[in-house]
Amino acid sequence: MDADAFSVEAAGVRQHESAWRRLRRNWSVRIGGSVLVLLVAIALAAPLLGTVDPTLFDAGSRDLRPGMTGQITTLDGDTIPHRFLMGSDSFGRDIYSRVIYGARVSLSVGLLVALLALAFGISAGLGAGYLRWLDGVLMRFMDGLMAIPGILVAIALVALWRGSLTTVVIAIAIPEIPRVTRLVRSLVLSIREEPYVEAAVSLGTPTWKIMFGHILPNTIAPLIVQGTYICASAILLESILSFLGVGLPPDIPTWGNIMAEGRVQFNEYPHNVFFPGLFLAVTVLAVNILGDGLRDTLDPKMARRV
Amino acid sequence: MISFRRIAVLAAAFAAMGASPGAFAQGKVLRVVPHSNLSILDPIWTTAYMSRNHGYMIYDTLFGTDAKARIKPQMVDTWTMSKDGKTWTFKLRTGLAFHDGAPVTSEDVVASLKRWGRRDALGQQLMTFVEEMETPAPDTFVLKLKEPCGFVLEALGKPSSNVPFIMPKRVAETDPFKQIDDYTGSGPYIFKKDEFKPGDRAVYIKNTKYVPRKEPASGTTGGKRVYVDRVEWNLALRDPQSQVNALAKGEVDILERPAFESYGQLKEIKGVEVFNRDPMGFQYMCRFNALHPPFDKAAVRRAALAAFRQEAFLQAQVGVKEYYHTCPSMFTCNTPYATTAGSEIMAKSNMRKARELLKASGYDGTPVVLMKPTDLAAIQKLPDVAAQLMRQAGFKVDLQAMDWQTLVSRRAKKDPPSQGGWNMFCTAWVAPDIWSPLSNAALDTKGEKASWFGWPDDPKIEQLKAQFARELDLGKRKKLAAEIQAEAFAYGTHAPLGEYINPVALRTGITGLVVGPGDFYWNVKKN
Amino acid sequence: MYKFIARRLLSTIPVLVIVAVLVFLLLRLTPGDPAAILAGDAASRDQIAQIRISLGLDKPIIVQFGIWVSHILRGDLGESFYFKIKVTDLIAQRLEPTLALASFTLVIAVLVSVPLGVIAAWRFGGWFDRALMGFSVLGFSIPVFVLAYILIWIVSLKLGWLPVQGYKRIGDGFWPFLRHLILPSITLSVIYIALIARVTRASMIEALGEDYIRTARAKGLPESRVLIAHALANAAVPIVTVIGIGVALLIGGVVVTESVYAIPGLGRLTVDAVLARDFPTIQGVILFFSFVYVVVNLLIDLSYVIFDPRIRY
Repeated sequence: MDADAFSVEAAGVRQHESAWRRLRRNWSVRIGGSVLVLLVAIALAAPLLGTVDPTLFDAGSRDLRPGMTGQITTLDGDTIPHRFLMGSDSFGRDIYSRVIYGARVSLSVGLLVALLALAFGISAGLGAGYLRWLDGVLMRFMDGLMAIPGILVAIALVALWRGSLTTVVIAIAIPEIPRVTRLVRSLVLSIREEPYVEAAVSLGTPTWKIMFGHILPNTIAPLIVQGTYICASAILLESILSFLGVGLPPDIPTWGNIMAEGRVQFNEYPHNVFFPGLFLAVTVLAVNILGDGLRDTLDPKMARRV
Repeated sequence: MISFRRIAVLAAAFAAMGASPGAFAQGKVLRVVPHSNLSILDPIWTTAYMSRNHGYMIYDTLFGTDAKARIKPQMVDTWTMSKDGKTWTFKLRTGLAFHDGAPVTSEDVVASLKRWGRRDALGQQLMTFVEEMETPAPDTFVLKLKEPCGFVLEALGKPSSNVPFIMPKRVAETDPFKQIDDYTGSGPYIFKKDEFKPGDRAVYIKNTKYVPRKEPASGTTGGKRVYVDRVEWNLALRDPQSQVNALAKGEVDILERPAFESYGQLKEIKGVEVFNRDPMGFQYMCRFNALHPPFDKAAVRRAALAAFRQEAFLQAQVGVKEYYHTCPSMFTCNTPYATTAGSEIMAKSNMRKARELLKASGYDGTPVVLMKPTDLAAIQKLPDVAAQLMRQAGFKVDLQAMDWQTLVSRRAKKDPPSQGGWNMFCTAWVAPDIWSPLSNAALDTKGEKASWFGWPDDPKIEQLKAQFARELDLGKRKKLAAEIQAEAFAYGTHAPLGEYINPVALRTGITGLVVGPGDFYWNVKKN
Repeated sequence: MYKFIARRLLSTIPVLVIVAVLVFLLLRLTPGDPAAILAGDAASRDQIAQIRISLGLDKPIIVQFGIWVSHILRGDLGESFYFKIKVTDLIAQRLEPTLALASFTLVIAVLVSVPLGVIAAWRFGGWFDRALMGFSVLGFSIPVFVLAYILIWIVSLKLGWLPVQGYKRIGDGFWPFLRHLILPSITLSVIYIALIARVTRASMIEALGEDYIRTARAKGLPESRVLIAHALANAAVPIVTVIGIGVALLIGGVVVTESVYAIPGLGRLTVDAVLARDFPTIQGVILFFSFVYVVVNLLIDLSYVIFDPRIRY
């Protein structure tokens, strides 16, 4: 129906050896990749970066501008002085700590959504592409799912099931599945025509062996590219869900939640939106740039199209 | 040249359209951003404050409450009480008429009171005293009571939900559990049903035939004079920052309840003022569920009370110093029954004592399921503060975020927290809803039969309340109120968390806002 | 050709059926009792049970689905729990703002992005091309609401050019209508411009590499003619296709944009309905949006016959 603009033919098989080298030479991959590695490092090392518990607050320290010093009360009841590098929000929580810990959530959401959508999409796509009897039913189902605007599904699911990391990831992943399925299916259909696969079939190789031994490996490159785009849009969508009040619970520091709380006083204290917004934009940008670079190097045929 | 001329003609046409043809015909329009969405147009069917405010636009009341919490007549002209206190006779003032032109008669009044008496908590209590309501003349109605009742006027002049609004008899005869669909009232404004778009806007036009009382307007009493031709409630503008921007640019005239975080900006904007129209304000409270552990034990509830420093809640939630104050009274401060009885546990709250109390209570580490609403800015920080304070005192807290709709349906569940129930939630009340032991829903202590959520079981409070209802002497009533509160603190029905005001923000040209426990749009002038 | 049109029309039927099933299941399988919500906070168990029966919630789920579908086929989406009016009326009330916003956004996006994409392809690899690609990645990466706040702050508050919020019906005069739409439409169009410009550029690059372009240039046709009449005409199919895909993107953007700019459209309605657990409205709106999406993509597929006569079916 419509995804044909993005649909691709199989990437060649014989490019494996040089792929790694071409990747390392690609500037988009270098830039996007290193920014992303840095962000992951920040997320993992969050407790070591001078942060405090991101949920702790002290109303006496509310609405501090970046760089100001205030105090924070720990759960033991001790009050300690604290420098608010990125200011504080209207609770008196440390934006810096929240942004840093927020990286964990946003990156996990992006990664998990991409993995989930790929896992389901690959199984469905392999099934549809290889099993004739399944193809019609499954693809009609995917058409139907695709016709429902993804963000509406996500909003409805999260709001009705109550926000948690699991529900948010599932809700964002579901609308992405049809696209992956279509991609995998079209790849399977074209790879099936390749002489070496036909040869395998004629030699009586079992179906599952053909699927996993011959077909799947050839779909990896375009899927990695697709995965990065899903990851980027998932991170963005998570923030939109939080903004609309149907994302993760507000006490969990995510970039979307920090912005959703800060927007009330955007004109007066823009730092509440600025810092998480900056991190969000840079992350999504890095993932997108990485995706473009991967596409250019791993999947040159697609690169020519889009 | 021709194309030039054509452009000129087009431009002129645009300019003409830009002048908004409706502007002349509409006259003065007051553009208000109300505090919430208006979805239910029956103020008897629901207690929602938006529906109450809608009611005040189009209906009138028999009595009202002025800015100093005194009951004054409104539709009623004169009234008498018989010596035995069992017969009350009320005479309506002249000139009262519904929007369709029909005069307001005593039959309309009785029908309206009957419907209200089925739904409203105080109305239900009043009806237990009422033996009969009679209509000897079109302008006279009589309340015959079984025994003397201390709160007849208090009930009829009740300023907040559910307000006994007077509707035409044909409307008031609607099943109290079904919503009305005829919005004819006798109040100062007429509802434009054809322009009502839920979630977008509600429109009221001036009722030119309304005859106001002579007295100056105060609270819900006095002359309800209308100086604008049209009031438009903007129901679409919900984003707090957009609200402030719209007011700054003069696109709207009044913000009913700006977010607390907005006041800093609002005070800086030229042409915008902040005005407190409700000096009695609101009271915050956190409610315990007395049915399930750990809050089934009074000792545990009192440990939480000791941990709850009101200042901590108010500073985080409200933040603007001049807009909040701590208050030890469950009946709100600066009101007739205000008292400090029994409040020491909170007034002198400190963490060390809370920890000791919790240890002594035998608390076994059962997590407290604390419900947090995510879409009500005015109360959504309270649970976070409660959670932090309770954790500091040694409680385990499971803070669960949900939207208000979910919270409302979940708090009605009596199941244990593990099966979809709850342990605690926080909310806010306008002062008139809780300033009397009879109307304070949190002090309904009939156990599982209690009408409000949390179901505390304390027969002593119920017995004191029954005495209070029959008592006519104000001094003795005050004493009873103090005893009720002392017992409530000892039992730990709920934690009052201090009081706040939420002033309106308005354009400087808007004057004459009526002071009182609600958002009223009579008496308002727009330059 | 007619056979193609007929086949394409028929193929939408299973899609719509599956959409209906999914939308129905989406809400039936979620926790939360619609009857309890409808009954309000002071309702007794009996009242809730009564409402459940009156809503037909006590029947088997298959029967409920049957009833629901038969209502939909008669154009009845039920009554909103929260707004207390018919969902169809509610959608009708909210349609104009969303339609205006979406079409305006589309017009801006196409007018801006197609020329940009054409120029970038024409100067493939040059600074303009690079800048555009950079912008388009950026356009994908900024959350709509952040962009909205920044635009409001600059254009409306600091410069005072446009209103900060609200919507004026076209019946209230054309100029007020337009003034209120400009900023939301620009906000919303950014991501769309990014998407369409990318696809235009890519398909133009491909088209410019074809033999007939070389032929046209060799014939000495002016460059503008070559670009527009030959290359763009041949690159039209993917561009039109991506506009169709973008409808889903647009619907998502509408939800956020309408919330920030206080536009009483269908996007706002969705959020309000979801927060209020207004099941009939949620179902109605999602069904409506899905229907629009299917129809738009149907029209686009059919339009290939016009845009690309070479396609034979």
